[in-house]
Amino acid sequence: MIQIRALQKLVIAQVRLSLRDPMGVFFILLFAPLLLIFMGFIFGNDPDPMSGGRGALDVFLPSYAAIVIAVVGLMSVSVETTGRREAGVLRRFRATPLRPLTYILGDVLTHFAMTILGIFLLFLLGVTVYKVRFDGSPLLLTMGICLSTAAFISLGFVLASLAPNPRTATIMGNVLLFPMMALSGTTFPLELMPEAVRNISRFIPMTHVVTLLRGLWFGETFGEHLMEVAVLGGIMIMGTIIAAWTFRWE
Amino acid sequence: MMRMNKPFNIKKQADIVITARGLLKQYCGVTAVDAISFEVHEGEIFGMVGPNGAGKTTAIECIEGLRKPDRGSIRVLGLDPQQDGYELRERIGIQFQSAALPPRIKVGEALDLFASFYRKSVEWRQLLEQVGLESKDGAYVENLSGGQRQRVFIAMALLNNPELVFLDELTTGLDPQSRRAVWDLIEDIRKRGRTVFLTTHFMEEAERLCDRVAIVDHGKIVAIDAPGSLIASLRAENRVVFNVVEPFDEESLRRIPSVSRVERIGERVIVYGQRDGLVSGVVNALDSGATRFNDLRTEQPTLEDVFLALTGKKMRS
Repeated sequence: MIQIRALQKLVIAQVRLSLRDPMGVFFILLFAPLLLIFMGFIFGNDPDPMSGGRGALDVFLPSYAAIVIAVVGLMSVSVETTGRREAGVLRRFRATPLRPLTYILGDVLTHFAMTILGIFLLFLLGVTVYKVRFDGSPLLLTMGICLSTAAFISLGFVLASLAPNPRTATIMGNVLLFPMMALSGTTFPLELMPEAVRNISRFIPMTHVVTLLRGLWFGETFGEHLMEVAVLGGIMIMGTIIAAWTFRWE
Repeated sequence: MMRMNKPFNIKKQADIVITARGLLKQYCGVTAVDAISFEVHEGEIFGMVGPNGAGKTTAIECIEGLRKPDRGSIRVLGLDPQQDGYELRERIGIQFQSAALPPRIKVGEALDLFASFYRKSVEWRQLLEQVGLESKDGAYVENLSGGQRQRVFIAMALLNNPELVFLDELTTGLDPQSRRAVWDLIEDIRKRGRTVFLTTHFMEEAERLCDRVAIVDHGKIVAIDAPGSLIASLRAENRVVFNVVEPFDEESLRRIPSVSRVERIGERVIVYGQRDGLVSGVVNALDSGATRFNDLRTEQPTLEDVFLALTGKKMRS
């Protein structure tokens, strides 16, 4: 049973709260754009025949969106949930008629909203200032973003159930996040990495996000990325089941 | 002066809002709540009183439905807190001992958010007014003083206009002034016809607020009655205590009719006796003897004395 009014208030209140958290604001809204500016400064966006007439930023912009998705899903969800559990916030909710499903849905939607906001700022910067080329369909790209976000949020909830407190969640999140960023083609092009690394990267969820989003950005279709869709969809379903099974209020 | 127990509203039959029978809860081999039974009547302020670790918080959480007892039956407003938890939570208000709100949330936001969790809720601005914080709706909860925060939490426990309010260690950590302000609020709550179930380790608070108390020690209830009745049953004596620096005639005090005995420990003199005429008798005797004294005060038996008599231990270790 989902309480609609409560859900509305939860999402609005939590988005407001997220925007008041300096750490959250930095990582979700500012980190990727700053990275873009940095890369833009170093590489510029002149067309490069090696990548089919695309500039460095054209290629990397969609992958930076993957960073926002991973930060929100892995770090934000897990650290916030464990933090709330530890502080007794979840228990305070539990003392009211609020249903767990309503709370979780509210949390998921809030993080969706923050992710979309962060990616939107990133793309806005890229397209307006750096004149990054966008060849894809906005609708398909949005769907791809939603699928990737859902997968990573469910991973975040699994992490929240595994970690006993927010400090452990932060460590676990970092241990997963930074290697993911390095090995998934987000920061360094996979094409330039040795075969062994490329093999490992196939097992990293972020790689599939990058491949999917990049492909959709360049105008490819879902049909050409069925494997990525399957992997991410699978993560989302498995993650949701495990998270629902193990979710604790305290 | 100690207040005697307050008169009940005249009802033909006091309705019972909470029934606990054989409530038992254990943690890691320790019995926190040891098969206690009691009832709470509609419209009263009922207190569970005892030192920290006596099992009060565990007991109140079992009754609220937040913890599952190992054994025993509980009925709150006719409902089973475990089976009918959601239904019950629509009708009760719970205030927690510790803060437990998301960081950086404002007072108005918190009240507005929590109000939406209930099927029916009152205007939260009115509640803020009632607790005297109407100007603080835009303030961050974490920036309020301890006393102001507790008043916000009380307001939160009243959002759904509950029939029954649970308060766990409401005034711990508050300065005396804030404590009294909170007490006034609680009495106001009861005046509006609600039932209050509270836990505390402050005997003064229990004496001041509660119509009836259950004294708890190591998970067991050692007494249940109105505070006034419990104290009277001690048949203990009142005391007048003062300091003297010079020698004086102790016999003049012993001659006072209501005095039973006089003790002197260094500078401190304690006069035991029946309440009537004790203070005036002592002061007159000292006056007549032109004895200089200071720090004169009277002491009545309190619930602490009741606790000591029943358990052989002091409340504060």
